[in-house]
Amino acid sequence: MAQLFTKHKQIEGEIDDFLDLIIESGLLFKKGVHFYLDGRSEEFEVRLADLRRLEKDADNLRRSIETKLYLRTLIPEFRGDVLGLLEHSDAVLNKIADTLLLFSVEIPETLEDMNELHYDLAHNAIDASENMVKAIRAYFRELSAVRDNIKQVQFSREETNRIAEKYKRDLFQRTNLRLSHKIHLRYFAHNIESIADEAEDVCDRLAIAAIKRYI
Amino acid sequence: MEWIFLLSGLFLGWSLGANDGANIFGTAVGTRMVKFRTAALVATIFVILGAVISGGGTTETLGQLGAVNALAGSFTVALMAGLTVTAMTNMKLPVSTSQAVVSAILGWNLFTGSPTDYKALVEIVGTWIFSPILAGIFAILLYFLVRKVLGNARIHMLQLDAWTRLGLIVVGAFGAYSLGANNIANVMGMFVFANPFESISMGGAGQFTGTQQLFLLGSAAIGVGIFTYSYRVMITVGNDIFKLTPILALIVVLAKSLVLFVFASQGLERILLTIGLPTLPLVPVSSSQAIIGAIIGVALAKGRTGINYNTIGRIASGWVITPIIAAALCFMALFFVQNVFEQEVVKREAVSAEVRTDIPEEYRITQNKQHHYTTINMTGFLAPCPNRHQSHGVVTGSLPAGL
Repeated sequence: MAQLFTKHKQIEGEIDDFLDLIIESGLLFKKGVHFYLDGRSEEFEVRLADLRRLEKDADNLRRSIETKLYLRTLIPEFRGDVLGLLEHSDAVLNKIADTLLLFSVEIPETLEDMNELHYDLAHNAIDASENMVKAIRAYFRELSAVRDNIKQVQFSREETNRIAEKYKRDLFQRTNLRLSHKIHLRYFAHNIESIADEAEDVCDRLAIAAIKRYI
Repeated sequence: MEWIFLLSGLFLGWSLGANDGANIFGTAVGTRMVKFRTAALVATIFVILGAVISGGGTTETLGQLGAVNALAGSFTVALMAGLTVTAMTNMKLPVSTSQAVVSAILGWNLFTGSPTDYKALVEIVGTWIFSPILAGIFAILLYFLVRKVLGNARIHMLQLDAWTRLGLIVVGAFGAYSLGANNIANVMGMFVFANPFESISMGGAGQFTGTQQLFLLGSAAIGVGIFTYSYRVMITVGNDIFKLTPILALIVVLAKSLVLFVFASQGLERILLTIGLPTLPLVPVSSSQAIIGAIIGVALAKGRTGINYNTIGRIASGWVITPIIAAALCFMALFFVQNVFEQEVVKREAVSAEVRTDIPEEYRITQNKQHHYTTINMTGFLAPCPNRHQSHGVVTGSLPAGL
């Protein structure tokens, strides 16, 4: 019986580690965007490399958790929900990593006077993902806090959408830029914005899963 | 020859194990929270312990209802009760073993002209109504208690899963103990007065009485039923009336087990008497009825969503049909056993209780019991009187007209 508790504790630790990786990826993303916008490309590339390594670690960890949950038939009635949450939150992490990678591959010509908005956009999108992680942790430990955290995710997502809209409007009102340049920058704003959207999608699933957990 | 007669009781024990084992561990095994092998082992051990240690109380009450005192009579009663249970189960009608057994004993009383202790009958039938209600009340109270505890405790879902698994095994063990203590009367109660076993001296550890040997055999049959057939029932149980999660299953099984325990525990009866509170009758109650009461209780506590009222109606109809079928089958079978197979289904020779070594010690008159019982009838067999302060009167032992 002690072995049973040890096994459960081990998987509990792995889930916490996985969620830590999502938080860490958000921090790396924010740093990476800052370095890119500030023109510190070497430091940017180091952060991007860290983020890609971390993405791989998170994938491995998620697969390990999923396998153990199935093999040991743990939390049978919530297993589907938990696996869904892990997979979708992993998709948020992937989106964060892919977006930063795009900066490295496509090297967008950012506008200095719009950097502040770009920072804000990145910060709010990552806020949404961080609050998503808090909501998931609450789902495992303290159900009553899930609702509050989901509300924070929704707020961050709305804020991100607002900033993205402002960014795009400003961008397309400029007459001194080529349309291709405008579309390219809009594409980056859209990608950052979709991090928050994906975080909100996870929380929509989480809200239903939390209702199922109430006995 | 005597051993052959016990086979029907063992068959009844087997069918009880197959059905009621599923009531204890059904959801736990069905949701794969507990392995079947673990569940079956725990259930078997604790059913045996419950039956041997605490099985006497309910058997006494069943004996008051009708003391089947010939092995062929006991055989027929157990066989017909078992066949009723099996037939109803095959028709997918939920069935109570207690109801089948009590009704078969009433069929024996009717056939042999033995008096029916109506006080005991009212007690038993009363529990058929009261036990599901009590189980429902226990389940509602436990539900709100568990919800409060889990709401305040910040337990990780995985830790809660581990605790739930442990809880299901512990509560299942308690459920199995209660089942053994309460329902062994259904399996072996009708053989107690025609017990073929002699007491065995255990040296310094006291006596292993004939009744305890009988109960050991009966509970072992229940264990065989759990191991051989309950898995099929387990993987389908629990979702017909209301879908149960493992935590709800824990509440339901605990509520049901508490009901079986309070109707079987002589210790609890003594405690209640000591503190001057009214006691509950020690009666074999239906574990199926109790668990259905508990499931409905939990569903009501959750806000009545998802209860399948059609299934409840079907179950209730089974509770009406079972006693009628069992009593009628037993009556007819006794006729054949007596007149076609020429077996003695009731003992009518005068034998003094003092010289009857086959009557278990706990059922003989003692100084303490003397105010409750009265020596009765032409069979020389001691039966408790209908009203514990009055005499039974004389048992005529006449057969029904035309037989």
